[in-house]
Amino acid sequence: MKFKMNLKSILLVLFAAFALSACSTAKKSGNMEGDVYTGTETVKYLAKGVPDRVFFATNKSSLTTKSRATLRKQATYLRKNKNLTVTVEGHADERGTREYNLALGERRANAAKDYLMTYGISGKRISVISYGKEKPVNTASTPLAWSQNRRAVTVKVN
Amino acid sequence: MKKIFILSFLIILQSTFAHSLIKVDITRGNLDPLPIAVSPLHVDPKSEISENIKVKELGDKISEVIENNFRATGLFNPLKKEAFVQKPDIAHLKPRFEDWRLIKAQALVTGKLLVKDDKLKIEFRLWDLTASKEMIALAFTTTPTNWRRVAHIISDKIYERLTGEEGYFDTRVIYVAESGPKDRRVKKLAIMDQDGANTKYLTLGNELVLTPRFNPANQLVTYLSYFRNLPRVYLLDIETGVQEVVGNFPGMTFAPRFSPDGKKIIMSFAKDGNSDIYTMDLETRVVERITDHSSIDTSPSYSPDGKYIAFNSDRSGLQQIYVMKSDGSNVKRVTFGKGLYGTPVWSPRGDLIAFTKVRKGRFYIGVMRVDGTGERLLTENYYQEAPSWSPNGRVLIFYRETKSDSKGKGHSAKLWSIDITGYNERKIKTETDASDPSWSSLLSK
Repeated sequence: MKFKMNLKSILLVLFAAFALSACSTAKKSGNMEGDVYTGTETVKYLAKGVPDRVFFATNKSSLTTKSRATLRKQATYLRKNKNLTVTVEGHADERGTREYNLALGERRANAAKDYLMTYGISGKRISVISYGKEKPVNTASTPLAWSQNRRAVTVKVN
Repeated sequence: MKKIFILSFLIILQSTFAHSLIKVDITRGNLDPLPIAVSPLHVDPKSEISENIKVKELGDKISEVIENNFRATGLFNPLKKEAFVQKPDIAHLKPRFEDWRLIKAQALVTGKLLVKDDKLKIEFRLWDLTASKEMIALAFTTTPTNWRRVAHIISDKIYERLTGEEGYFDTRVIYVAESGPKDRRVKKLAIMDQDGANTKYLTLGNELVLTPRFNPANQLVTYLSYFRNLPRVYLLDIETGVQEVVGNFPGMTFAPRFSPDGKKIIMSFAKDGNSDIYTMDLETRVVERITDHSSIDTSPSYSPDGKYIAFNSDRSGLQQIYVMKSDGSNVKRVTFGKGLYGTPVWSPRGDLIAFTKVRKGRFYIGVMRVDGTGERLLTENYYQEAPSWSPNGRVLIFYRETKSDSKGKGHSAKLWSIDITGYNERKIKTETDASDPSWSSLLSK
């Protein structure tokens, strides 16, 4: 029985890994994975090796593996700089209704904040603000621009 | 909106002809607009000569405003004045109906004006040329600077007489005036007459402002401001210019509107990644939570009787429209079509909800019955959203943005209107780029 279970889960894992790799190779193109931006063109750095922003899929606020790695770097940096407070600015692309985008930006900023908090950063050090679609970083009307605009950016306050 | 408007309104003769022959049907798209002749208002010989007021010019301008109003409805075809067959003063006494019929006019508007003791008196008549009858005769006395409003009120009276529906010309639109590049956009609250005249800016553009809405009396505006970089719902008294933040929320408040009785503001409050709908009573300051769900609930809109609230939520996974009782109970999803649905706006008649739909990268403005059936998409474009109803529930105003090029340039935002029949789509003239329009109720009601 136990063996059977294990075999089943191994098969599942194998299948999932296969599906994922197939998926990522199929959808990976240039600086995007699915429709999440993976490039560095618009990225600034809180310190050397500490990117200031994470990117999201359309209408989503879940963090990708890469985003989580970025946020762990931010958390490490914030732990080392105990007096630093930050604002996480949440943004959406121009392809949604304005009010929904304001809410979505807030949700994205909080997704980043929550992750920083699970890595030991006090919520008191992190404020959030949403700009919805009001402050695009790339003003073009292209899928690449939209992917760069769907972001949560950690900004130093002091 | 100063209360400079003192208008004495005098019915000299309200004709009681039950059976006029001309009638404009506004319930369907009108491909054959009613030919109407708007004669220039002539100056009464008894009018005082004033250095400040060019009375003759005023008469021409008033008839021009009326004409433009009619043309913009798509229901009327104002005829060219060169073809007019009678002098304005003679026509105003009694038109030679058969002569006007020759130029294919079916309705005729005539009028005269008189300036006396710094007061402007305007009289007009509407004639049914087919039945050879007078349909209305009305006179107004006001201050000369109010001539535009009188022109709109006259337009409303004529529209009402010919269509059997309330007019919407004596109204204003509040919107967000936009300028500058997309990533450094300057936004100001602006207010204008429905025809684009008399634009006034209510904020200076120092902070980002969004989504203004009138209260039912058109004296207050609620909107979102990023004052001191804290996005909060504000209340602005147009007359005094006094602004105040609405409520004391520990986070972003947004998407505000008034309740139909004007006593409450309904809005979203976002905290910890979750947006829910709240109301605040403006007198008691009591805050009530209306929705309690881990999803995004926003863009609320009351039914005109205040009993229901439509809103959009992504509780199903994607943005859809829901209707609930105004206490938050009985939440029902009403949109099930393919795509995303947002910005529900209950019509002033209560029978329809206007919305924005997003499907396959295209944006639609549509209307449906309040249970979600009978969806009709009126217009499709690259980006458009946020419809707002004319007070008679016949026209929607919304904003449309155009694509920017690969360098991020060439983007624009403009106001547009469309009849709920799907006909008569029009760009509204604004001094600057514009978005987030909200239509007032009738000012003279």
